[in-house]
Amino acid sequence: MHIHRAERLWLIFGVSMLAVFIAVITTAAVVDGFVPPSHVQSIDPTKVSQTPPFDHPGLRRVGPGAYEAYYVARIFAFTPATITIPRNAHVTFFVTSADVEHGFSIPETGVNSAVTPGWVSEVSHTFTTRGTFLLICNEYCGSGHQLMAAKVIVE
Amino acid sequence: MSSTTGPARVHVGAAAAKKTLPLSIAAGNLLVLTHIYTATLVLGIGALFGMLQGLSRANVIVMPPEFDYYRMLTAHGVLMALVFTTFFITGLFTYSVYTTMPRIRSTKLGWAGYLVMLLGTAMATVAILDGSASVLYTFYAPLKASPLFYFGATFLILGTWLVALDLFLNVSIWKIANRGERVPLPAFMATCTLIMWIIATLGVVAEMALLIPWSLGWTPGIDVSLTRMLFWYFGHPLVYFWIMGAYTIWYTVVPSTYGGKIFSDSLTRLAFIMLLLLSTPVGLHHLYLDPGIAAGWKWMHMLLTFGVVIPSFMTAFAIFASFEQAARKAGVTGFIGIIRWLPWKNPVFAGPALGMILFIFGGFGGIVNNSYSMDVLVHNTMWIVGHFHITVGGPVALTFIGATYGLVPMLTGRKLFAPRLALVQVYLWFIGMVIMSTAMHWAGLLGSPRRASDVTYFGAQGAATWHGQMVWASAGGVIIAISVLLFIIVATGTFVANERAQDAPSSFAFASTRADALATPAAFDRLTRWGLVAIALALLAYAGPITEQLTAHAYLAPGMRTW
Repeated sequence: MHIHRAERLWLIFGVSMLAVFIAVITTAAVVDGFVPPSHVQSIDPTKVSQTPPFDHPGLRRVGPGAYEAYYVARIFAFTPATITIPRNAHVTFFVTSADVEHGFSIPETGVNSAVTPGWVSEVSHTFTTRGTFLLICNEYCGSGHQLMAAKVIVE
Repeated sequence: MSSTTGPARVHVGAAAAKKTLPLSIAAGNLLVLTHIYTATLVLGIGALFGMLQGLSRANVIVMPPEFDYYRMLTAHGVLMALVFTTFFITGLFTYSVYTTMPRIRSTKLGWAGYLVMLLGTAMATVAILDGSASVLYTFYAPLKASPLFYFGATFLILGTWLVALDLFLNVSIWKIANRGERVPLPAFMATCTLIMWIIATLGVVAEMALLIPWSLGWTPGIDVSLTRMLFWYFGHPLVYFWIMGAYTIWYTVVPSTYGGKIFSDSLTRLAFIMLLLLSTPVGLHHLYLDPGIAAGWKWMHMLLTFGVVIPSFMTAFAIFASFEQAARKAGVTGFIGIIRWLPWKNPVFAGPALGMILFIFGGFGGIVNNSYSMDVLVHNTMWIVGHFHITVGGPVALTFIGATYGLVPMLTGRKLFAPRLALVQVYLWFIGMVIMSTAMHWAGLLGSPRRASDVTYFGAQGAATWHGQMVWASAGGVIIAISVLLFIIVATGTFVANERAQDAPSSFAFASTRADALATPAAFDRLTRWGLVAIALALLAYAGPITEQLTAHAYLAPGMRTW
């Protein structure tokens, strides 16, 4: 099969571009750990309120400037509704759903994960600027979905 | 090489004699027309819902509870993404096969397929409008819709299988009678796309096999992750089903609007075979942010998704090469010269061509979305909504609309009603879509979530920046809705005005391949084998993550209705 010379050049250009994208993404994933949140840990969605640590959701300090925050997503609210952390705190969020599919997103921070009943999501972030951050459910979960939000206050 | 034959008009048997219509329409053409007009009607209803939704999200209007936001959003998504596109494409492929291969079978199986699709659509639409299925077009479990919705969606798919079976039978009979001959290109494209479609829809039918007994109350819970994976096993090739429908028109019909030829028969077939192979094993890029799926599987799907960009590169080349060759033949050179020479005043050209412009940006956005870790910045934001409106709502819809302006006159022998209105319509759509999609992309970058009826969040500071973009998006939505109204006026007007075309209608002709194009390898026509390779690839891509799901301690979630 004959491929026109101009087309061959065009395809070499295109495929090289894709190769560069793949190389950059893969390097970032392997070297810097930039992978999408992919925590694999199951939990019985009907027993979330009896399963530690989600029986007592909230913020825990685990070291200097390091925190773990356990969230339960349930229509149409997050527990805890507000957490307060100091500037430069590194927070690892663990989130699970007690009912339907939810989302866990803090716009403009890169904190973004699906929350699937039956699984625990994990995502972390270092908050370097002060202010009140809006934490929202970004997957449709029912008639009150647009009200499902919480706050992260960085002091 | 017999890559195409001329457009067949009214033919096939004595069917024409007993028609009560003033202008007789052959049985095969009537079937195609019915598909096209169904798609047109659905587009109208879907656009109305879309416009109301956009206005209510921008807080311009307040909708009554019977038309609450999520119900309208479900109706809009299902009607546009699943119904409008599917009816148009099944109609187009029926046309492609019926006209390029002499049909010896009756159209009964084709009609049966259409009716099953229609029945399924009616069932799902009733469920959505009565409020028992506000689960959006992705119907993520454990949101539990009424069984009517799931049955309806399943019938819609099964109907398309009957249509595909009808066309496969026609192609097989033709192949037996024409041993050694190349399958005509439009029929090849139809077959290739429908094989991909059958493989892809097996995923959603398997999902339905879990959802239907559960929605009937026969099973207590559902494996949410598994249903999400099965959905996107189907959901991404669905996107390529639309694109392959549009590409069919770009490759074979658009050149005839400027007297051009298909650039290369073999490369066109190669592009379609690549789409057949790579459309399915890529669905996990929709689940990048899902827990319970290891990052390695997602990486693998990222890789394959970049692979499926290659046939689109080939298509872009073929289109511009065809433009240039035809223009040079007419003595026109230079980039600007060639662009200006193209028939921008013919809606059959302008629709798809404006769509091609939008697709350049749609393609850029798609590469961003596929970029693995970068997806956290845009996932489930309005950016994604902007992306699929500038793809399925841009190139795909504009191509189908432009093609309708060619197909309807061709199939009915009537003159296109108000051709100038048709031209205004496609440009209006383009302008509206640029405004709406830009605003949506922008809002997404600012962090505005998709799928929410209101994004004020009790006056939260971060949310305040989103409102302006929503107003722009709704303005674009109104322009598109006006454009759809014009489309319906032209499409209906052509039929109702019933004016016989003066000269033979040739507005929707399949172009021929360049005489100097080299012969296509015979292996390209062995679509059954390529289909088997596609199945193997799909299994390879999903066997790992699905096995991991099933062997992990996956809990079942009870269903609920939260709306």
